[in-house]
Amino acid sequence: MSSLEIRNLHVKVSDHEILKGIDLTMNAGEVHSIMGPNGSGKSTLAQVLARRETYDVTRGEVAFEGKDLLAMKPEDAACEGVFLAFQYPVEIPGISTAYFLRSALNAIRKYRGQEEMDAIDFLPLMREKLKLLDMDEKLMNRSVNEAFSGGEKKRNEILQMAVLQPKLAILDETDSGLDIDALRIVAQGVNAMRAPDRAILVVTHYQRLLNYIVPDRVHVLVDGRIVRSGGPELALQLEETGYTTETGARRATPA
Amino acid sequence: MGNNSVATTTQALQHYTESFSGLEKSAANRELSWLRKLRQDGFARFGEVGFPTTRDEDWRFTSVAAIAQTPFRLVRNGHTLPSQKQIEPYRAAGAACQLVFVDGHFTPELSWFGKLPDAVKVSSLAAQIVGDPESIERHLGRYLDLRRDAFAALNTGFIEDGAYVHIGRGAVAEEPLYLLFISTAHGAPTMTHPRNLIVAEENSSATIVEDYVSLDGGTAFCNTVTELVAGDNSVVSHYMIEREDTQAFNVSTLRIQQARNANVASHSLLMGGALVRNNVHPVLAGEGGECLINGLYIGNGRQHLDNYMLVEHASPHCGSRQFYNGILNDNAHGVFHGRIIVHKDAQKTDAKQTNRNLLLSDNAQIDTKPQLEIYADDVKCTHGATIGQMEENALFYLRSRGIDELSARTLLLLAFAGECLDRMQQGPARAHVELLINQNLFHLAKRLPNRARESQGTDVARSVEEVG
Repeated sequence: MSSLEIRNLHVKVSDHEILKGIDLTMNAGEVHSIMGPNGSGKSTLAQVLARRETYDVTRGEVAFEGKDLLAMKPEDAACEGVFLAFQYPVEIPGISTAYFLRSALNAIRKYRGQEEMDAIDFLPLMREKLKLLDMDEKLMNRSVNEAFSGGEKKRNEILQMAVLQPKLAILDETDSGLDIDALRIVAQGVNAMRAPDRAILVVTHYQRLLNYIVPDRVHVLVDGRIVRSGGPELALQLEETGYTTETGARRATPA
Repeated sequence: MGNNSVATTTQALQHYTESFSGLEKSAANRELSWLRKLRQDGFARFGEVGFPTTRDEDWRFTSVAAIAQTPFRLVRNGHTLPSQKQIEPYRAAGAACQLVFVDGHFTPELSWFGKLPDAVKVSSLAAQIVGDPESIERHLGRYLDLRRDAFAALNTGFIEDGAYVHIGRGAVAEEPLYLLFISTAHGAPTMTHPRNLIVAEENSSATIVEDYVSLDGGTAFCNTVTELVAGDNSVVSHYMIEREDTQAFNVSTLRIQQARNANVASHSLLMGGALVRNNVHPVLAGEGGECLINGLYIGNGRQHLDNYMLVEHASPHCGSRQFYNGILNDNAHGVFHGRIIVHKDAQKTDAKQTNRNLLLSDNAQIDTKPQLEIYADDVKCTHGATIGQMEENALFYLRSRGIDELSARTLLLLAFAGECLDRMQQGPARAHVELLINQNLFHLAKRLPNRARESQGTDVARSVEEVG
């Protein structure tokens, strides 16, 4: 059984069609990348998979481990094992990062019938993951993402992923705005998560991240459709030619 | 308002006159001439100005017509007291004592006193007036400006009982001194005018909690005044908790007089009442004083919760910080009026004011108004107000991590309220307030509609009114 199976997915945002029939299949253990220009629908796809309710799915199906993902609420998708690393992580004043992380982990553990973790048991787990991402423990006492630098916010996303151990991780432009050191650390964190029972979908505008996280498959998303799929070499090709030829190629295809 | 309601108001004022004459004849302390004069002056002043209207700038957002038109009566002694069991839910854990006032009258049968330091005296005002009138005469009514406040004048006209707290020089009251004010139901609408006097002498320290509750419902009007005198270098925390039922009218005035280097914190929690006006008026009269004015108002249904802050800097090198957060749901209406006056000699004043609001429904309303009057030239005054809705982005972020919608909403509400809690010192008073807030917000979160509409917080345009 494949991890993620998207069939003919159409999505609208306030009467404007953003996704116009996406088909994508991912197996557990695989890393796929979705590349595309700004406004092609990459983030919409990522958010729909994380079940953001402000998007209107008009057609199509999405199965996650055989279950109807589109019928799930965001919290249920998360508990089933879907994780989205946000392009713009949200600041939440008044809730400490450590408390937030533990609440999330316990919500998921509870859903799976596992015992909840108290603060004392949680601490060593958190410290181990902080080390992986070269993050300062002091950040954990601060409010979620509040006054975090851009790099700290992105690392915090990967930290959450490392703590929550999802089965499907979607990284939405996690590389944007990162300097090369931060990019390396983030990539290292993601690579450490590669596992036979986990699928990872890397959404990115630039090929740069894919030097560090080498995908099994690359898909090119232009104007709400996947216009091309291939191996990791496709990313390099795109780096040279840009997306313009892809747009042209799609236009040349008879409708 | 037409002529008809004016007539009704006049009739209602007649009730006050009758109640006042009744009190003059029956008050236990009626032979004290200074007290009689204080009452008479207060009532005369009230008679001159009557209840404020929304034409009065200080009452622009709050109509007290409902109070003015109701014929309230004083509750005299001799009615049945609530049972111990009835007030069990209002017992305070970790307090040094709990004085209980039923319909404005001190009720020793329901009160209890733990072990208090020798220099800490807590009693009823009525008893203290009889026992040591000079200690009261020295302070009572000396700090209020009756000309500008009809409700304070009315309260002064009806001074009879309330709490008297005296913290002697250098004394420290470790546990909170807890005052419980209970309104009980009667056939007819009733009024009470509790008058509290808190005197903290030089170098002393104390925490005082005023908790207003109601039993059995009924239309009640509680018009309370607390004068808090903070001596040199004293440290005082004052808590005001309004959690009466939603038929209650509550007007409270906290008048703080701060001497040199006094450090006072006023914490207000407004959750109950139909129409609530919370006046906090510190005067930083000595150099080096610090004042924290912290508050949270949570409104549901048709509640109207008005906070009127008047912070007066009368001496140099004083700091004041105002932080009020509001959570408004349903048709609730909140008001925050933050007035800062920096007098001519109050150089090096550092005054800060922040009012943040969370509107949870389309019909909830907030009026927020800063008003800065600065007559000194070397001062720092800042103010800001925000009005927002529960952020859909934050909600989705929490849910995308597995936290269910109700828990996510509750977390966000608690986080918003937590800003106010964080400004309170750890201890039993804070724990008490925290418990009340949590209970209230858990309940509130459950009542919110399931799916958040896409909405963003907005910064409200900041308006400044500066004079001088």
